[in-house]
Amino acid sequence: MHELSIALSILDMVDEEAQRRGDVGIEAIHLKLGLLSGVVKEALLSAYELASEQTRFAACPLVIEDVPVSVYCSNCNAERSIRSVQCFCCVECGMPASEVVHGRELQIWALELAE
Amino acid sequence: MTTTPRIVEVRQNVLKHNDEVAHALRSRFQEAGVFVVSLVSSPGSGKTTFLERALTMLRQQCRPAALVGDLATDNDAQRLARSQTPVKQITTGSLCHLEAAMVDRTLEGWDLKELDILLIENVGNLVCPASYDLGEDLRLVLLSVTEGEDKPLKYPTIFNSADVAIITNMDLAEVVEFDRAAARANIEAVRPGIQVFELSAKTGQGMDELLAYLQEKSAVRSPAS
Repeated sequence: MHELSIALSILDMVDEEAQRRGDVGIEAIHLKLGLLSGVVKEALLSAYELASEQTRFAACPLVIEDVPVSVYCSNCNAERSIRSVQCFCCVECGMPASEVVHGRELQIWALELAE
Repeated sequence: MTTTPRIVEVRQNVLKHNDEVAHALRSRFQEAGVFVVSLVSSPGSGKTTFLERALTMLRQQCRPAALVGDLATDNDAQRLARSQTPVKQITTGSLCHLEAAMVDRTLEGWDLKELDILLIENVGNLVCPASYDLGEDLRLVLLSVTEGEDKPLKYPTIFNSADVAIITNMDLAEVVEFDRAAARANIEAVRPGIQVFELSAKTGQGMDELLAYLQEKSAVRSPAS
């Protein structure tokens, strides 16, 4: 359970970014969250709610975009989805593939700034 | 009048700070010629017994040391002191995983040039440690035969993030009717191509193979040292 420290890091980073842009208001935080990030979406959302309480971000939603896992399939020579996280095989050809291309993201990718 | 918010892309990794510290650690380890191996597993899978045996055996061939993460006690460090190798405890308090900065802090006072291999034992947890780079060269995930063959399917993220999987407590395999083939298939399903070792730190069975593998990896990484 490390979602609270993740939520606090997000707030710190966004605060820093807002200051850097001339103390601009932030209306929403967009986060990319990979299925292999090791962070649970629901837990992060509640941790964020708790962490942002009584801060300038109290009314600023954390919008989470789930990032599914994709791997590089050497047989198809392409980026492919996998059957499931319990089966790292290319959905197209069935070849086992372990080179993860997407799915580890834990990234603040965009901010909505107040004009 | 309504205003439309302006969206700006920032693309910042939330664990950026940890990644930076881990990156710096990795450079320091490489420069000093220390090969670093981290261990992750559930609580009670035999990490400390494994470490004790590994340190005792490695001491015959090179200069090993260990950092051990524990929530509240220094029991592990005391146990490991018996191996007569340098051991330091990282007490994490309520934190469920190690972070690169803790490793960095705990290394203070050690001359890395005096070491060949550093083993870092993470807190017993199969979830949280997956996200944190510690600057290690290899991440080992341990699975005890007493845990059941389907553990890899329940915790695919940590198994997928590991470089080597170790099945421990093999001396108990028969008693608990451990299905080797099923366990290996499950590990392979979540991390195709991963190297798997089976061993018993208690009897020593399989330890030589693993330590030889680590030394071989270490030699490949730093041919100059």
